Amino acid sequence: MSLIHLVILSPFLLAILVPFAHKYFKSIHTGWFVFVLPLFLFIYFLQFLSTTMNGETYTSTMKWIPSIGIDFAVYLDGLGLLFALLITGIGALVVLYSIYYLSKEKEALNTFYVYLLMFMGAMLGVVLSDNLLVMYSFWELTSISSFLLISYWYHREKSRYGAQKSMLITVFGGLAMLAGIILLYLMTGSFSIRENIANVDVITSHELFVPALLLFLLGAFTKSAQFPFHIWLPDAMEAPTPVSAYLHSATMVKAGIYLVARMSPVFAGAPEWFWLVSGFGIVTLFWGSFSAVKQTDLKAILAFSTVSQLGLIMSLLGIGSAAAHYDYIGENAYTIATLAAVFHLINHATFKGSLFMVVGIVDHETGTRDIRKLGGLMNLMPITFTLAIIGAFSMAGLPPFNGFLSKEMFFTGMLQALEIGAWNMETLGMIFPVLAWVASVFTFIYSMVLVFKTFTGKYQPEKLDKKPHEAPIGMLIPPIILASLVVIFGFFPMLLKGVIEPALYSILPSNVLSVEVKIYHWHGFNTELFMTIGVILVGVLLYLTVAKWGKIYDWFPQRLTLNKLYDGGLVALDRGSSAFTRLPMTGFIRDYLVMIFGFMIILLGALLFFTDAFNVNLTNVAPVGIYEVILAVVMVISAVTILFVKSRLAAIIALGAVGYSMSLFFVLFRAPDLALTQLVIETVSVALFLLCFYHLPELSKKMDKLRFKVTNFIISLGVGLIVIFIGLSVNSSKLFESISSYFEAASYKEAGGKNMVNVILVDFRGFDTLFEIAVLTIAAFGIYAMIKLRLADKKGGVKGESK
Amino acid sequence: MEIIMTIVAGVLIACATYLILSKSILRIIVGTGLLAHGAHLLLLTMGGLKRGMAPLLGQEAEAYTDPLPQALILTAIVISFGVTSFFLVLAYRAYQELKTDDMDKLRGNENHE
Repeated sequence: MSLIHLVILSPFLLAILVPFAHKYFKSIHTGWFVFVLPLFLFIYFLQFLSTTMNGETYTSTMKWIPSIGIDFAVYLDGLGLLFALLITGIGALVVLYSIYYLSKEKEALNTFYVYLLMFMGAMLGVVLSDNLLVMYSFWELTSISSFLLISYWYHREKSRYGAQKSMLITVFGGLAMLAGIILLYLMTGSFSIRENIANVDVITSHELFVPALLLFLLGAFTKSAQFPFHIWLPDAMEAPTPVSAYLHSATMVKAGIYLVARMSPVFAGAPEWFWLVSGFGIVTLFWGSFSAVKQTDLKAILAFSTVSQLGLIMSLLGIGSAAAHYDYIGENAYTIATLAAVFHLINHATFKGSLFMVVGIVDHETGTRDIRKLGGLMNLMPITFTLAIIGAFSMAGLPPFNGFLSKEMFFTGMLQALEIGAWNMETLGMIFPVLAWVASVFTFIYSMVLVFKTFTGKYQPEKLDKKPHEAPIGMLIPPIILASLVVIFGFFPMLLKGVIEPALYSILPSNVLSVEVKIYHWHGFNTELFMTIGVILVGVLLYLTVAKWGKIYDWFPQRLTLNKLYDGGLVALDRGSSAFTRLPMTGFIRDYLVMIFGFMIILLGALLFFTDAFNVNLTNVAPVGIYEVILAVVMVISAVTILFVKSRLAAIIALGAVGYSMSLFFVLFRAPDLALTQLVIETVSVALFLLCFYHLPELSKKMDKLRFKVTNFIISLGVGLIVIFIGLSVNSSKLFESISSYFEAASYKEAGGKNMVNVILVDFRGFDTLFEIAVLTIAAFGIYAMIKLRLADKKGGVKGESK
Repeated sequence: MEIIMTIVAGVLIACATYLILSKSILRIIVGTGLLAHGAHLLLLTMGGLKRGMAPLLGQEAEAYTDPLPQALILTAIVISFGVTSFFLVLAYRAYQELKTDDMDKLRGNENHE
């Protein structure tokens, strides 16, 4: 247990104290107590910058379950540190924002901050754990806390729906990832990420390589909302805005990105990895930006925008993985893509966080997020408008903001992908730059929609619930900080060199010796610049004519959307499992018995005949006696009679006949005690039957259907035959002598009794008898209770009676 | 002899199965009684039906029948009697409360409202 473990677990510890703070300091907003922690953690993590800049890493291990190799091992390198700084920095800003966003009187603040802290700790655990299983535990904790945060306003149906959806999808992916982790363990015998990276040769040549890769990617794609798993993210917008800003823009949705980046050194050399990561990323980028344009809700626009930007980062990571495929030849051909990915990851966290906060402010001040009702807020909320401009222009990739820089590098990376001389890139590679360019156009359009539809145009006060005015200063500080970062990183991108470079070393394979981070505004007149100019020109043109071409969204069949598929799938699963359950679970006892007996016949019959167990051996049998044969005939006749009699009395008497023949058999086969017991018991049983007889109804006169009878006949014939076959086979293959010679010898000598059966019952095997007595006692008590206790419910019916 | 007895036990168990699969409670209980008889007979048969004396040491015999299966059967008889009597009273009470002995009408309601 070192300081860094305490740091990771500190949010959980504080979460325990939050309810007390909420209860005993009613006058102070609970958020202030929480705000201190991420701030301190941010400062704490800043100290590690000097460590990682020198290419060093920090490790510390705490034993958890050493016997199976699970230790809480913390490994802090460039990538982990970058994420830790994002989580704590944006976390502090979000907490500050939420202090002003959530009202002290109306909201249940204690639960909110407990969930938020739980999420923060879990997220820190994900990015700093070296042990894959510990990482997975934290991964699921993020899913759970996200679920809780989305359904924060649990009285709304939509919140619950969104929370359930995100839970199902992300936990599905998380479990897939767990399977991938186990496969990795099978390959290398280690849960440690670093040891797995060291054993990359073993992994790539292993047959489980591709399944493990697919499972890991499932985990990453579901968490990072890649196509087609992106559907949970727009529905997660039902959460309070601080949650959307924190979880669904800056941190949790980047956990999948983190996973892909972290596992890159393990999987990157394979074409499957490249095609899946890049392909899904680029499709997600296009689909997210295309869908964002048609949204009318500000948060939905931002949600789809997040989806598309995550796709962008993902596709860049995929192309960057090509660096692992080629031996290092002295030029940073493919590292630029990874650099762009890391840089855009930081940029996206800054501008998307601020945009969410801006939208939250608009929502807070006007009471709506619907762009059809909004407009003309420019003069009323000038600061918010400025922040929105900065964020949206950065998102659209316009100079001088940081989004422009990462967009340029993105185009560079995509164009360089064409030069990968492998994996069918010569032919299929054109997809990347083309899709990237089209998606950028759409990105430009929705960014413009976001700003100008909200802040310019006609002011419609009649549609708004409140009279809008500028937000309180506390609410503005966090987005101002983020927007300032957008501008600062835009003008001085080299400030980030110290963060990005170590992160690149973590992602890139070890054969890349040196990475030079150079981010400039001006690259001269090259293809990327013309692509950007094209994006702006076409984007402006399309934005102005959106009314004309917007109809294409209506062409898309409503029945085929992914949400419909998901909802339909859930319903179908529900119905399917109900139908499947109803198939065997009819509620009729007889059906269950038919299944049980049928299964028994099939299983035992198959065993008997496939293992050649059936044999009849007549050498060791006792001679047939005339009395026994007569008695056997009597017994069979009385047993079969029971089946055909119409009256109850005859059935009971026939059963009695079988019982008395049994005791006669016991006489013939030299079992006096059994004969006695059987006689007495049979008499008592028949008496009991006759006692109940008076109260029970007549056997039904109704004839059963033929099918019913035939089924019963076949089943009972099968059971009888199986019993006979097994009995004969057992009799024919005596394996060893009985142990009864011992009872003969010891019965008198040791136990002092001459009746061997009785001596066995009370001496050699007295335990059986004790509990047999218990059985009788329980039966007696049970019968007494049934007769005496009349527990009817208040309605007069019997409990459990079907209405 | 064992072969005949095994077949008799098989017939008993087949009849018992047929009764257990029927709809009326009384027939089902009769079936369980029959099933118990079949099982006891099978136990006895499997122990071997060698002609020896009854397992009483006072008889000074050359050979005795095997006492162990007899002890087992004795235990089983008592237990099956307890279960059968319990079932019978259960059936009687069920009929008193629910006014039917038809298993199909006693079908449980799967959808708990």
